[in-house]
Amino acid sequence: MIKKISLAALALTMTASTTLAATNITWWHGMGGRNGEVINELAQKFNAAQSECAITPVSKGSYEEALSAGIAAFRSGEQPNILQVFDAGAATIINAKGATIPAEDLLKDNGFTFDRNAFIEGVRYFYADSDGKFVGMPFNSSAPIMYINDEALKKAGVEAPKTWEEFEAIAPKLKEAGFIPLVQSQLTWQFTENFFSRNNIQFASNNNGYDSVVDTTINVTDERHVMMYDKLKAWYDQGLFGYYGAAWNDNQKIFEEGKAALWIGSSGSFGGLQKTATMPFSATFLPYWGSIEGAGVHSFIGGAALFAMSGKSAEENKCSAAFFNFLTSTEIQKFYHQATGYVAITNAAYELAKSEGYYNEKPAAEVGIKQLQLPGAEWDKGYRLGFYPQIRSIMEREYNRIFAGETTPKDAMETIKKEADELLARFAKTAG
Amino acid sequence: MKRVQFNSRYLPYLFLLPQFVIISIFFYWPSAQAITSSFYIEDPFGFGSSFVGFANYTDALASPEYRKIAGFTIAYSLIVTTLALSLGLLLALKADAVIRGKSAYKTLLIVVYAIAPPVAGLIGMMFFDQHIGPFVKFAALFGWDMKVGLNYFDTAFAMVAVAVWNQIPYNFIFFLSGLQGIPASIREAAAIDCKSGTRRFWTVILPLLTPTAFFLLVINMTYSLFDTFAVIDVIVKDKPANNPITLVYKVYLDGFRGNDLGSSSAQSVILMLVVLVLTMIQFRFIERRVHYG
Repeated sequence: MIKKISLAALALTMTASTTLAATNITWWHGMGGRNGEVINELAQKFNAAQSECAITPVSKGSYEEALSAGIAAFRSGEQPNILQVFDAGAATIINAKGATIPAEDLLKDNGFTFDRNAFIEGVRYFYADSDGKFVGMPFNSSAPIMYINDEALKKAGVEAPKTWEEFEAIAPKLKEAGFIPLVQSQLTWQFTENFFSRNNIQFASNNNGYDSVVDTTINVTDERHVMMYDKLKAWYDQGLFGYYGAAWNDNQKIFEEGKAALWIGSSGSFGGLQKTATMPFSATFLPYWGSIEGAGVHSFIGGAALFAMSGKSAEENKCSAAFFNFLTSTEIQKFYHQATGYVAITNAAYELAKSEGYYNEKPAAEVGIKQLQLPGAEWDKGYRLGFYPQIRSIMEREYNRIFAGETTPKDAMETIKKEADELLARFAKTAG
Repeated sequence: MKRVQFNSRYLPYLFLLPQFVIISIFFYWPSAQAITSSFYIEDPFGFGSSFVGFANYTDALASPEYRKIAGFTIAYSLIVTTLALSLGLLLALKADAVIRGKSAYKTLLIVVYAIAPPVAGLIGMMFFDQHIGPFVKFAALFGWDMKVGLNYFDTAFAMVAVAVWNQIPYNFIFFLSGLQGIPASIREAAAIDCKSGTRRFWTVILPLLTPTAFFLLVINMTYSLFDTFAVIDVIVKDKPANNPITLVYKVYLDGFRGNDLGSSSAQSVILMLVVLVLTMIQFRFIERRVHYG
């Protein structure tokens, strides 16, 4: 009898251990809504595709909350295997040497191949170290593009502008036709970070912060950047530019309702916009200044990347590597690109979607990728600045003050530079 | 009279122990941690930290932005406390005087307190939304182009309105029960002696309400300083930009969003000291004027 029971128990443990044989890994992310659902679908696809690893995605709220949760967990030794970190938080995690295993090393050490050139141009550097080694695996990537209210342009009888000079020429006509010519979401991302990139101007010292955190300073006071905000303020005063707040949706809503002619948003907004826009729309590249020499190169990516946290067993790391490998596979990239509107980050996935005729149906979905594939130049790879989420807050504060008439663009940039440089110096101390 | 006596001199300490343990874990220990880390600049992931003495304190206090926020916090808590207390008292006096349908009034006034601050913030945000807010449309009738989230004053107005609205019921409940605790005989005697209702209120009712009012003053100050966090968070939508925020919200922003633990700790220690001093002042000077019946 006892023998029978113990045999049964043994059998039970055997079956249990075979079903549990898969190594479990966790993935913390900061995505909600439809994009959060797609993350669960990705995890299911991965779990169904093989039996050795099982990944569990956990939503931690917003990007900032996911980063804070990951940091707190790391400090208490409870970190997830994979953490999603957004663009502005990249410096925080990349500078914490030892917190992560560089994605490139992780893949190679676990027997997967890694080919930098498989990724599209604008994606290659943002989450990489100064030698170009991938530290974070680019995941959801986007570019700021200009969405167009087709009806508005038709009514005003104008073409979409390629440069800001062209915008200045057509804006009064759009206004006359009864539209707010231009709105945007996220001034910091579109008119500062990507302004420097698209117009090929240096954003911060020390190679935009990539080379070192020590003595890094920010170049927001560059006269061309001040000029951009002088123009925005003038357009605002003339009713050619609408500004409704620092939060993303404050400004998107005006465009969705068909009140604005042009909206600078994220290429990742495409999926959602298809459902919310009340009028036909198309998209084109983020304009640049024709007057700035060398302008018109590609912008860099926004969005977020995945980081493999250190302090995990070799078995679990192998699964993290397998998951990264899975994510960059052509089919999965294409699926993710089409389900969310984020750009396909590999050339192969882009080619596949193109060959299937996806962009004939939805030309707006291609704009972000094409913009990231534009020729590159010296200062368009991105930036790497510590305490950057706080620096962004300072910019948001000062930009609001510009439009409220409390300060001038020149004074605002000087305030930003002063406070940001102090924060950068503080960050250098933490790293020292 | 029978004297209550403990048989052992250690027994009273034993009874106090659970409370002390809880306070130690949830207050003294974190406070000590905050004080320690306020003297360091630390890498967010905890790999290294360097001792900087009082630099985190001096940096915060020297920053014009910090001083601006401190100024707003003082104005904000004074306005919220004053309005929440006076409106709560006014409503309690009126409800106390109602004879018919008393419980209906009470329920209607109290029910707001069941709304959690984040929900209150959300309702407030919709109420003051620049695109759909009914109050914004109402204000436009008087030529007030309200821009909550863009205009510093307008945002402050919305914050104060929501914070006060959410706190009135709490004050109302206490004031009403305080009023009902005043013996009918005193009220009758006062009514005979003095014809003026206003005078009766100032000379008889209000002095008898002071214990309640003092308790509520302390509670409301704490509420406006700390508990309105959720209201602010929802109204500024995690993007403070040029909008007014309070000191406690800044602690959160620097610590959790900015991952600057040293500065955030120093700021929270400053805040702790301010509240300590405030509480001492309240008990030392204001409580003297309270008549406990």
